[in-house]
Amino acid sequence: MKEPGATEAAAREVLLAVENVSLSFGGVKALTGVSFDIRKGEIRAIIGPNGAGKTSMLNVINGFYHPQQGRISFKGVTRNRMRPFEAAQGGIARTFQNVALFRGMSALDNIMAGRTLKMNRNFFWQLIRFGPAAAEEVAHRRRVEEIIDFLQIAHIRKVQVGRLPYGLQKRVELGRALAMDPDLLLLDEPMAGMNLEEKEDMSRYILDVNEHFGTTIALIEHDMGVVMDLSDRVVVLDHGTKIADGVPDAVKSDQAVISAYLGVAH
Amino acid sequence: MFYREAGQYKTSYEADQATFPVLQDRIGMIVILAVAFVVVPLTMSSFVINSVLIPFLIFSLAAIGLNLLLGYAGQLSLGTGAFMGVGAYACYKLTTIFPDANIILLIIVSGFASAAIGTVFGLPSLRIKGFYLMVGTLAAQFFLSWCFIRIPWLYNNNVSGAIEVPTRAVFGIPVSGPNATPVTRYLIVLTIVVVMTWIASNLVRGRIGRMWMAVRDMDIAAELIGIRLPRTKLLAFAVSSFYCGVAGAMMVFLWLGAAEPDAFNINRSFLILFMIIIGGLGSLIGSFIGAAFIWGLPIMLKSVPETFGISIGSATLEHLQFMVVGALIIFFLIVEPHGLARLWQIAKQKLRVWPFPY
Repeated sequence: MKEPGATEAAAREVLLAVENVSLSFGGVKALTGVSFDIRKGEIRAIIGPNGAGKTSMLNVINGFYHPQQGRISFKGVTRNRMRPFEAAQGGIARTFQNVALFRGMSALDNIMAGRTLKMNRNFFWQLIRFGPAAAEEVAHRRRVEEIIDFLQIAHIRKVQVGRLPYGLQKRVELGRALAMDPDLLLLDEPMAGMNLEEKEDMSRYILDVNEHFGTTIALIEHDMGVVMDLSDRVVVLDHGTKIADGVPDAVKSDQAVISAYLGVAH
Repeated sequence: MFYREAGQYKTSYEADQATFPVLQDRIGMIVILAVAFVVVPLTMSSFVINSVLIPFLIFSLAAIGLNLLLGYAGQLSLGTGAFMGVGAYACYKLTTIFPDANIILLIIVSGFASAAIGTVFGLPSLRIKGFYLMVGTLAAQFFLSWCFIRIPWLYNNNVSGAIEVPTRAVFGIPVSGPNATPVTRYLIVLTIVVVMTWIASNLVRGRIGRMWMAVRDMDIAAELIGIRLPRTKLLAFAVSSFYCGVAGAMMVFLWLGAAEPDAFNINRSFLILFMIIIGGLGSLIGSFIGAAFIWGLPIMLKSVPETFGISIGSATLEHLQFMVVGALIIFFLIVEPHGLARLWQIAKQKLRVWPFPY
């Protein structure tokens, strides 16, 4: 179904490229010489067995881990390392494998918090919450309500997120990332621990975000059915090295990938 | 039945984000303010005003200050007493240097001195969290207490080592020193506390409050949505110390009239910390409830035996107070670990559906 999109994606311009990135913690090598690119408008999957370095890769991209070697180019700017603030300002949003919401805040406040970078009324207007600061609050609330509508979470907007069921928390977290109006959205196992129906919903949201907002998406996911259906291109990591990169069908039949997942007889 | 918000529909985001979205809350607040500004000064004795209401308001403000830091921004601090002291000593020095300046203005300005010192002692928060940070602020507490004793310049080389508040008048009415009436001082304290509480509520409901709570709940995710942790934490320290500093300056100038360094020791920090733990972390109304509980309860306990004509020795009475207050603190923490503010929320929720159970 995504085949035409895949060939098209290969021709688009590169939004983010990692080149030869190596990352180690003491003696443990998390990533060794990994290079790949993410093109504008595509859905790029990063897969691999447990401990392959997928989450480390995302952490490198948004600046939590600083690689010992390699370069990261984002929107044409090449850096040796990203900083979390630069990544956020450049338009990289992220969700986490184990939900990282602000548990004590309402769903609405969580998503509003995603607008922080877009709000720039200074401290003194904030003090009196009048005039520009109030107008700004309302303007961003309007955009946040659009996202709330899109994710169908209007009924829980004033509920403290710590009390929400897991599936809804994941959705609020996606909402918070979307509130940043990102150019690149990193999703770390968006469907972990979900039932079939929730997975279908989440897949629909991901496709809609990609199509309607034109957001480029990089996702890590273990459900191969989901990965193969959603993504335009797939990169496969194993033990911190890249073992395959290409359209889903090619990756599916790649011998190195099959042996990494299933093991090889020695 | 009386507290029913059904049918109060909001048709704009402005109305939904108002300070008091529920009509009954608005009415309640107007009533409370009317009582505090008009009824209290007309009816209460100067004893009640001077030893119950003024300290209650001042401690509420200090509790709000600590609550902004601990309850909203999640930074543990035991330096509250010292930051209050900075405000008090700054105000004392300022009024010595500028004897003709408006004292109310100086009280506010001394908040800035406290904010600056608080920001400096907030620097460890950039590296350490939780209990370790608390130890860092403990160092601030001891260091500043030491300054209040050892730097004679701070108390104008007074031989007693204490600061004594001179008489200062605003528009011809004495507001500090021995000639100021309790009602005048009460009204000034009340006004400052009301305005600063309103400002605090604006802050915590807006972008800055969300940034603080984001840092409190999950600093990694906060960083990823573009919140700069160092700035946000230091801002919390600055604003919190500002509130504490103003409270400290009011404590000396508008309540006690004189103060020794001991007034700002570690016990003061603990007192404020207990107030917000009992009242409720991350709740402005909790700061008031906590201050009322910790400050008001001993006074009530003291007056109970008197009203029944039972005479107990003052030493025994004091021990009894400690025991009863301690037991009540434990009792309330077991019943509601989230503080009295949560009980208030639950009560409102029950009122909403009364007389039906749900």
